[in-house]
Amino acid sequence: MATLDSKIPEGSLADKWTNHKNKIHLVNPANKRNIDIIVVGTGLAGGSAAATLAELGYNVKAFCFQDSPRRAHSIAAQGGINAAKNYQGDGDSNYRLFYDTVKGGDYRSRESNVYRLAEVSANIIDQCVAQGVPFAREYGGLLDNRSFGGVLVSRTFYAKGQTGQQLLLGAYSAMNRQIGRGKIKMYNRHEMLDLVVVDGKARGIIARNLVTGEIERHSAHAVVIGSGGYANVFYLSTNAMGSNATAAWKIHKKGAYFANPCYTQIHPTCIPVSGEHQSKLTLMSESLRNDGRIWVPKNLEDAKSIREGKLNPTELAEKDRDYYLERRYPSYGNLVPRDVASRAAKERCDAGFGVNKTGEAVYLDFATSFVRYGKEQARIRHLDENDTKLVEKLGKEVIENKYGNLFQMYEKIVDQNPYETPMMIYPAVHYTMGGIWVDYNLMTTVEGCYAIGEANFSDHGANRLGASALMQGLADGYFVLPYTIGNYLANDIRTGPISTNLPEFAAAENLVKSQIEHLSNNKGTKTVDYFHKKLGKIMWDKVGMARNAERLNEAIVEIAALREAFYKDVKVPGNPNSFNQELEKALRVADFLELGELFAKDALHRNESCGGHYREEYQTEDGEALRDDENFAYVAAWEYKGKPSEAILHKEELHFENIKLVTRSYK
Amino acid sequence: MNLTLKIWRQADAKTKGKIVTYKIDDVSPDMSFLDMIDMLNEQLNNKGEDPVAFDHDCREGICGSCSLQINGEPHGPDTGITTCQLHMRMFKDGDTIFIEPFRAKAFPVIKDLVVDRSAFDRIQHAGGFISINTSGNTVDANAIPINKHNADMAFDAATCIGCGACVAACKNASAMLFVSAKVSQFALLPQGRIEAADRVLNMVRQMDDEGFGNCTNTGACEIECPKGISLENIARMNREYLSASLKG
Repeated sequence: MATLDSKIPEGSLADKWTNHKNKIHLVNPANKRNIDIIVVGTGLAGGSAAATLAELGYNVKAFCFQDSPRRAHSIAAQGGINAAKNYQGDGDSNYRLFYDTVKGGDYRSRESNVYRLAEVSANIIDQCVAQGVPFAREYGGLLDNRSFGGVLVSRTFYAKGQTGQQLLLGAYSAMNRQIGRGKIKMYNRHEMLDLVVVDGKARGIIARNLVTGEIERHSAHAVVIGSGGYANVFYLSTNAMGSNATAAWKIHKKGAYFANPCYTQIHPTCIPVSGEHQSKLTLMSESLRNDGRIWVPKNLEDAKSIREGKLNPTELAEKDRDYYLERRYPSYGNLVPRDVASRAAKERCDAGFGVNKTGEAVYLDFATSFVRYGKEQARIRHLDENDTKLVEKLGKEVIENKYGNLFQMYEKIVDQNPYETPMMIYPAVHYTMGGIWVDYNLMTTVEGCYAIGEANFSDHGANRLGASALMQGLADGYFVLPYTIGNYLANDIRTGPISTNLPEFAAAENLVKSQIEHLSNNKGTKTVDYFHKKLGKIMWDKVGMARNAERLNEAIVEIAALREAFYKDVKVPGNPNSFNQELEKALRVADFLELGELFAKDALHRNESCGGHYREEYQTEDGEALRDDENFAYVAAWEYKGKPSEAILHKEELHFENIKLVTRSYK
Repeated sequence: MNLTLKIWRQADAKTKGKIVTYKIDDVSPDMSFLDMIDMLNEQLNNKGEDPVAFDHDCREGICGSCSLQINGEPHGPDTGITTCQLHMRMFKDGDTIFIEPFRAKAFPVIKDLVVDRSAFDRIQHAGGFISINTSGNTVDANAIPINKHNADMAFDAATCIGCGACVAACKNASAMLFVSAKVSQFALLPQGRIEAADRVLNMVRQMDDEGFGNCTNTGACEIECPKGISLENIARMNREYLSASLKG
């Protein structure tokens, strides 16, 4: 059994990272040429890590299941990336970014990691600008900022609604430079299906070539997992269709502890579900809450009339609208953190105030901003600011400039023009804060196996603030892992190439092959999607936005039964030794069916509410999350023991030396 | 609504493909085009037939995975969108829809509607980057002010998703719009100007090596581009290429 040593360096919070870097072992450039590193996943974390490691001189083998590294799901991040630059002079600092992140995470993250994140954040912006990432600028030529939920400063850098795309293409371009030089060997359309551990150390992976179906062995001196989160365990989420937990789950089964699986982010502003046929949900960036106001009708009758199509929301008088976030949280208003905003939307809809056919939608309204910006523009251009039509037109132009692509996306999906009628939104599963447990060096409990980006658990506690995922992914990949991995590899300079003929490779390969054989020969009666949808429904109904012990216990039993049914009755058509998308899905869903159960088990054991984990039994009088710091201020790291139900809990106590634990308040 | 689908089926790169006809009923106008193919695949699956292979991932128009030539148009009839954002309300009850892969010599078919677009990656390897290290030891991000108009134009060029619709739309299967988008993004920014000449020469050479055709200014690429990448980028690339060539 591995011990849970977080390896937090000595010294004051602000000095830890510098001290650590000063003491870290280095690998000289000539030796780096003899060391191989596997990186699985090419999103912001994996892509930036692969590029930087190759640049340092290591031989990198990078893997992605997509047809190009540029398509990793980081590409879809919309709103922005945080950095404590204080360009706006509004009082930002490393400490404040650190503080906001720990508070936003409801005091369930590791102080030292979060501070380091804040510390390197400013560097990310410098780096990306040097790479040619076209961030939004002001007319003076300097970078523009906006504000995100849970903070009182403007520290978010952005590129319209495509910040993730631009940052990922930046990392991709850095990768391309190294691929061209032969320092990265890129394996597109490959899926990692197992980790190979030799003498307790991660020494390679088994991967399936998704074009030929071939099972391949790849060796290295260290393995880095940057394969993203597991939100697709809910079937419907804002993640890409291919986003999966398989790489992370396989290393878990090989000894890496899985931390806080129940910490999931339900994002408040997504396009509501339209019907049974739907395959995924679409996010509307949180940045919209800068200018949009969220409301539902004040009266149940009005809500009913709107649902029935008898009343147009624009006709409803101001006094009959309930801007419930502004009402409940006057100081943060529409910019409360995501978990708070999501629960508030659910509360209103559960009470009968929902505004679409299914009753599961609230309004996000830009009318006030049209007027505010329109008047500003009228004054700048010396036009009549009392001309309401003109003001509205000018205001709409400003909004289009800021969020044009999001408005277009909305219109294409919903078939309504959001410039004319308020958007309808509802919470949806978006991100997973939980993930593979890592120490300060980002190493998992398997020696030589690292986890970075969303795949690890480290920085966001029980709730992630907006624009912090991009920050963390790039911080891990560009600035943290490249240092810390050297400390480990310094002991490996005399090892020489790792042979793929070792018995451990053969054993792992056989395991993969037998699972594929089983699935292909099963010839059951139900499709993979049938099981995935069933799992998603259990997760959403019983392990979703509001949880209680009774439903969690039911979920655990139901998921275990569903998993059994899956292996008995799933049908995977086609030849496994060829391009076979059904088989790809089946292998992923098999892992979700295990992960889902551990997820529910973790949620059941955590008898408190914190951040995105909301247990109905633990709430304050006015319905806010009620933490239990005395008993639950720890990271729950689960050790795999053959079945999710038998997983063993290990606790990493969280010590707050620089922040006082208080009840999170955004009122 | 009820539809007839005529879909290109091809077992693998070496086997000859053909159009196969399928009937599909009860399609909701609120479905996305890919939801509709999911529905077809579910039905094929239940009948024990091999489902139709197609590339897709984010399903919100940004990853560039989805392709499909629908009734002869890349990403289908609507404008400014990818196939995953195309909704069935664009079609009528009783319609017949032809669904084929993106066609180009440089995009060989892998299976059914899935093509190999790795030629795009190789063009990027040849020069689609700024040669700086990722150590973070660069100048402060605000040390170099950039004219907002240029920054905005660079951004517009940078929004290319690498889907390949421009190639599929072009009668010459030219990749000029794709390549010029990256060349333009960097040529418009002071950081990228430094190696602009080498970049354009290397990327264009690789583009030619991959077997893409030449541009004859038809403009079909711009019309079909889901991200509205402008033809101006091709003009800019031509200028960059000419001046780089003359400098030798």
